[in-house]
Amino acid sequence: MRAINKKMFRDLWHMRGQALAILLIISSGVALLVTMLSVVASLQMVRDEYYAEYRLADVFANCKRAPDGVAERIREIDGVDVVETRVVVGVTLDLPGVEQPAVGQIVSIPDGEQPRLNSLYLHEGRLPQEGSEGEVVAMHNFAKANAFELGDKIDAIINGRLKALTIVGIGLSPEYVYAIQPGGLYPDDRLYGVMWMNETDLSAAYDMDGAFNDVVLTLQPGASEGDVIRQLDMILEPYGGRGAIPRADQQSYWFLETELSGLEEMGPMIAVIFLGVAAFLLNVVVSRLVKTQREQIAALKAFGYSNTDIAIHFGQLVGIIVLAGGVAGTAAGWGLGSMMIPLYAEYFQFPELRFYMPPWVPVAGVLTTAIAVGIGTLSAVGRAASLPPAEAMRPETPPTFRKTLIERIGLQRFLAQPTRMILRNLERRPFQAALSVLGISFGVALMFLMYAMFGVMDYVVDLQQNVMHREDVEVTFHEPRSRDALHEVESLPGVLYAEPFRSVGVRLRFRHRDRILAIRGIPDDSKLERVLDQDLQPITVPDDGILISKALAESMHLAAGDMVTLEALEGARPVREVKVSGLVDDFFGVSAFMELGALNRLMRDGDVLNSVKLTIGSDAETALFEELRARPGVASAATKGNMIEAMEEQIDEYLLVMIGMGMFFAGIIAFGVVYNTARISVSERSRELASLRVLGLTRGEISYILLGELAILTVLALPVGFLIGYGLLFLFMDSVNSEVMRFPVMVDRMSFALSATAVIAAAMASGLVVRRKLDNLDLVEVLKTRE
Amino acid sequence: MDNEEPQEVYVLADDSREAVFIAEGVTKVYTMGEVQVHALRGVDLQLYKGEFVVLLGPSGSGKSTLLNILGGLDVPTDGRVRYGDQDLSAADEAALTAYRRHHVGFIFQFYNLIPSLTARENVALVTEIADNPMSPEEAMEMVGLADRMDHFPSQLSGGQQQRVAVARAVAKRPSVMLCDEPTGALDIGTGVKVLDALVRVNNEMGTTTAIITHNAVIAEIADRVIHLADGRIDKVYANKTKKSPGELEW
Repeated sequence: MRAINKKMFRDLWHMRGQALAILLIISSGVALLVTMLSVVASLQMVRDEYYAEYRLADVFANCKRAPDGVAERIREIDGVDVVETRVVVGVTLDLPGVEQPAVGQIVSIPDGEQPRLNSLYLHEGRLPQEGSEGEVVAMHNFAKANAFELGDKIDAIINGRLKALTIVGIGLSPEYVYAIQPGGLYPDDRLYGVMWMNETDLSAAYDMDGAFNDVVLTLQPGASEGDVIRQLDMILEPYGGRGAIPRADQQSYWFLETELSGLEEMGPMIAVIFLGVAAFLLNVVVSRLVKTQREQIAALKAFGYSNTDIAIHFGQLVGIIVLAGGVAGTAAGWGLGSMMIPLYAEYFQFPELRFYMPPWVPVAGVLTTAIAVGIGTLSAVGRAASLPPAEAMRPETPPTFRKTLIERIGLQRFLAQPTRMILRNLERRPFQAALSVLGISFGVALMFLMYAMFGVMDYVVDLQQNVMHREDVEVTFHEPRSRDALHEVESLPGVLYAEPFRSVGVRLRFRHRDRILAIRGIPDDSKLERVLDQDLQPITVPDDGILISKALAESMHLAAGDMVTLEALEGARPVREVKVSGLVDDFFGVSAFMELGALNRLMRDGDVLNSVKLTIGSDAETALFEELRARPGVASAATKGNMIEAMEEQIDEYLLVMIGMGMFFAGIIAFGVVYNTARISVSERSRELASLRVLGLTRGEISYILLGELAILTVLALPVGFLIGYGLLFLFMDSVNSEVMRFPVMVDRMSFALSATAVIAAAMASGLVVRRKLDNLDLVEVLKTRE
Repeated sequence: MDNEEPQEVYVLADDSREAVFIAEGVTKVYTMGEVQVHALRGVDLQLYKGEFVVLLGPSGSGKSTLLNILGGLDVPTDGRVRYGDQDLSAADEAALTAYRRHHVGFIFQFYNLIPSLTARENVALVTEIADNPMSPEEAMEMVGLADRMDHFPSQLSGGQQQRVAVARAVAKRPSVMLCDEPTGALDIGTGVKVLDALVRVNNEMGTTTAIITHNAVIAEIADRVIHLADGRIDKVYANKTKKSPGELEW
């Protein structure tokens, strides 16, 4: 090996502590970037294969009941390729060993055959046999959550009649990659399941002989989706069509897309933060290295090493750290990604979800790092290369000091000499001090971001549970019911209080945009369900007009005061102009609210409801569910506890992993920056501090000078870090927020306290490491060497 | 102190000898903040092939600046410096680098060894980029440190470090050796060893050698002594008899 390369490696070894800290930060950034990109790539690849191979439909439509003959008219629509009509039924399930009411959806398949669209992937077992009765294929996660095996039996209440189902297969459909119960947000695999059954069998049980209530179709290449949907809606309207939707709006597809685009945005953002910090640290460290090696650089030049040789020499040093960080980060990303993929498998059901890292991902990771670090260290390496050799041979002129502001305004008598040294040193090099503060504040900011996100989650769960949804149980009916239903439920055992609600499927139109959604009718004096205004305060639903989610208003470009057209997709299908009376803040999906009476007036079908929310006595649940199960009109009975559980489970499993990971990496940054700052101070000032020791100052006293400076920098970094952290939180939420879910940007006191504590702890830890260096300061040696 | 009378005063140029360096009207002005420092105020000088020259003068007389300019570490503000056929005062950075790489051996007061490299590796640093170098071992042999080859600078005494620096300078077989206070940080005994090494190189390889010192005693080993004062050449004289470093007393 050439001598100059040996020098490089030994320099690297000499600064191994700092190099390691930087390497850790770089590899953290690369790891996060590589993980995110690979997870997205894995999901995208599996998704594309799955959708193509199992022929996910392009358009989905649903109606009340259409005779089979209508299918022919749908096939004749211009641009339609394959059409499949089906029966889809919501059922109540009686699961062995499960007390809570479970619900499910049974989808018909051609007798004994794979459907032509949305084909089933069978994990095990087989399809129902032609002519069999009650044979079903159960969705994989549902079967897994309930430990179902082939041959197990489940009781389902279809159309008020009990039907015994036998599981003959366990499988999946591309239509239910993300399978959630209507109105739910997170998959609750134990209490919600999709099953597939022979068409003849299901039609008989649901009185749908010779008819269908659901249709899926694919388009010919080049066909206009909008035109097909319009014609399909026209055909289905007389049969209670609820509005056809394109694949993009199909629930499972939409959730998956939103998740993927969120991940895609988040990865680079996180990486930029880490790599920015790494670049900054490398800049500081390399600048420092160049400064201490002024004379070595000059000597090398005197022997005939060119500027380019010198630039390459320092470039190699940086390059090794970057490359090692890139390799370590890629490896860690591989590990993290492989760990995260099974987490996704809990929520997204694919035939086989395997981790896949496209070759361009690590290349992109290392290239991004190289660019960031290149920009960061260019000036320092450039300074090394352009040092004039003769200039470098002269010792640096002693820095000019002056009295600090505090002293100039006459406070010096309160300050001992060491304190004056700290202050003068900070004030002499304000730029360097500012850089250190900035670096540490990034650690603060990341910690703050992570804690604040925790806080936001807590806050949202709390709002959901204690402010917005205060019922214990919600009972939903298949069809709108009269007020009597409320009284009926009210009189059930254990019910303390009940309120009526109604949801109506509508198409909401504003200018050229439209959207299919459910309007929620809420009594104006509701105690059990409340909506929040934009300051997250509960408000009463006004007697006229419609309240809509801010997210929906944004996507449809409308504002409070605008008139929108509502086309009801059920009942007499009235079409009305309604004024948007206000915008509300909600966190999941998009919604619209009206006062229950106003909604009923709009529908002109009397004083009706289709769900009731209840509060119940402490151990009334079992008896209540027993009663409800026997009532044919009841579609489902959901306990809020279960929903909250499902949500918290998601938060625990997924977000906790993400946030925990983030905190770990934020800790690395905080420690890395503080440690580097401290180490640089030690090497810059060891001579000065050793002189002080020679003059008789104790180890404690010189530690004070150095660590005091560090403490001031850390304290200054806290508010700056909070500010940056708040900005990051804003950016982060902006990238996370979607129509699927939105989180408010808010911070609680704990986030300040915890992030400050974490960074101060990191600072103290690096302070201790540095203190040991100071304790081992070799007085004679330090004074002998000429800086 | 300079208490010996010069034996003979030379004219600056001697056409009978081959001049390695010709400096004409060399001026160097540094701007330091708002102050202008005139380090050299018009120096005319020739150095001849194979001669051993000592540059004497008080601090700030311009010795180091002159040496840096001769060595291609710095360029004059005004005037001309030629090395053989090459005009150093008009050379660009790349040309100066090549000049230093192939022709000049430097020795500094504080050795300027790379602390992270062993003695042998410090020499190799130069032999690896030179055209026709001797081996690092051979160079170390010449300065009498064959047994200290694999020691790091921190494991060597000041005199030994400076001898490694001499080895590093001679290893490329330079045409000129430029030494800035090579014994400035050393005691008599070790200083003599370093000077011995320099004289030996000068004798055996015929390398033109210029040494800066403010120790007038060292002037007795020179062929020619040049006094600088306040950025100008004060006087120049030749020694009729050269002493060997071992004969010096200070």
